[in-house]
Amino acid sequence: MQDFCTYTARQLRQAIEKDSVKAADIASCLLARRNAVDKKVNGFAHFDKKLLLERAEALDANESKGPLSKIPIAIKDNICVKDELTTCSSKILDGFKAPYDATVVTRLKQAGTLLAGKSNMDEFAFGSSCETSCYGPTRNPYDLDRIPGGSSGGSAALVAADEVIAAIGSDTGGSVRQPAALCGVVGFKPTYGRVSRYGLIAFGSSLDQIGPITKDVTDCALLLKIIAGYDPMDSTSIDTDVPDYTTSLVKDVKGLKIGLPKEYFIEGLDKDVKEKVDQAVDLLKGLGAEFREISLPHTDYAVSVYYIVACSEASSNLARFDGVQYGLRSKKPSLLDMYKETRREGFGMEAKRRIILGTYALSSGYYDAYYLKAQKARTLIKQDFDEAFKSCDIILTPTTPTPAFKIGEKTKEPLKMYLSDIFTIPANLAGIPGISVPCGYSKGGLPIGLQFIARPFDEAGLIRAAYTYEQNAGFERIRPEL
Amino acid sequence: MIKKDMINYVADLARISLAGDEEKLFASQLNDILAYIEKLNKLDTAGVEPMSHAVILVNMFRDDKVKDSLPKDEALRNAPEKEKDFFKVPKVIE
Repeated sequence: MQDFCTYTARQLRQAIEKDSVKAADIASCLLARRNAVDKKVNGFAHFDKKLLLERAEALDANESKGPLSKIPIAIKDNICVKDELTTCSSKILDGFKAPYDATVVTRLKQAGTLLAGKSNMDEFAFGSSCETSCYGPTRNPYDLDRIPGGSSGGSAALVAADEVIAAIGSDTGGSVRQPAALCGVVGFKPTYGRVSRYGLIAFGSSLDQIGPITKDVTDCALLLKIIAGYDPMDSTSIDTDVPDYTTSLVKDVKGLKIGLPKEYFIEGLDKDVKEKVDQAVDLLKGLGAEFREISLPHTDYAVSVYYIVACSEASSNLARFDGVQYGLRSKKPSLLDMYKETRREGFGMEAKRRIILGTYALSSGYYDAYYLKAQKARTLIKQDFDEAFKSCDIILTPTTPTPAFKIGEKTKEPLKMYLSDIFTIPANLAGIPGISVPCGYSKGGLPIGLQFIARPFDEAGLIRAAYTYEQNAGFERIRPEL
Repeated sequence: MIKKDMINYVADLARISLAGDEEKLFASQLNDILAYIEKLNKLDTAGVEPMSHAVILVNMFRDDKVKDSLPKDEALRNAPEKEKDFFKVPKVIE
């Protein structure tokens, strides 16, 4: 039998159409691959073999004709799948089975995909390394002593390790793009409002956006086409046309104006990362793209703004986990003590740290100095992008300042961890789309990511630029040895 | 500079009991983070409108039509403790 796990979604669709491949056979490949490598990778928060086989059988029985029929996809553990465990990799949601499907899940089911488990993540998406999961860290398939990135580290590692064909993640400050970069796969954060957040367990509501993690840009376009679009169940979802992103899979960047923000090419940027990004610039230049230096002058404030805004929103969103309606409850005779003990026992250290920071920033006497100040600075950061897009169509940056770091390297110093998202955070603050594609490997063999950023709702432009780069660079065909 | 007392106060507002030397650890880590965030004070934001959302949204309205909602038994299915059609919590009123 073919090893379907190594296929991209498009290749697998072609095989299904040509040779009538059965979902049951795809599921068997998946189980074999999981048995072979997942003890090393630990990419799943929840995996139910029986359910996978039942789903495969149902897809075969119904002759499913959806556009992504039988394509196995992992869903990040903070996205609700009806009647399945959805725990944000947190002890406080222990045993929680979602009573409904998130809109993206409904759409993926309608498209005929084979849902293949819940991927591991930093607890409540709080982290850049997948180390804060209550199920233990996911490991980078390129080097098992290193982190896969986060918070969608499970999603990225599963795709890189060929344990699934594609995965869904969520991106609040880089949580799709950063792990995609560190695992050598493609990660896409759409424009805020492009993809419904209904059924995504909220972290920073003004920043969160769901996006695909795939083996190449083509698969990314295929998945985005399925999950994007207006949803009345999400009041921040935008009612605007969704183009057919697959028509943007065109190799052409002639005359495309690409800006290089000088604030992103700074001290602290790893030498290998800089070299690979420079090579990508040369390649795109050779293909006819026109480069110019641009300035995003408030970049240096982005991490500060982000941690105030994101933690404030998180402290409010996570107030609902109190032991009353779902998840863990600690036994205490009084209601107040029950709340406090449940939250002590249920939340990990990073969740507590962020809730406390957010509560502090929102508390009486500090609100103006922190939260309001951050909201104003956020306006300036967004205006930087508005101004930059007057002179360019696409902004090109490294996705991360360094390749994947070692497990445990930054856990003791939260601030250092926060600074690893320095290049991805600004797009969330501005609400604009970004994609990370592999652009080579460090001397030590670790993947490096290249980030393309575009104007709001110009996902099509991003896909075209990223696809042109990918097809000419050829890194998407490289897979780790496991 | 955040002191341990402040951490305890905020943790109380956030309804989280702290254990062991967590208050000390959080005080030191939050001071590092706040020291970094301090750089915002250098930024002149006079006359800048605060931004609460990335896209401009006005109130979203839908037609006032009754739709199906989650059935009671399903809403209660994940409850740690329940009685009849209710979530059950420790006694609140003496």
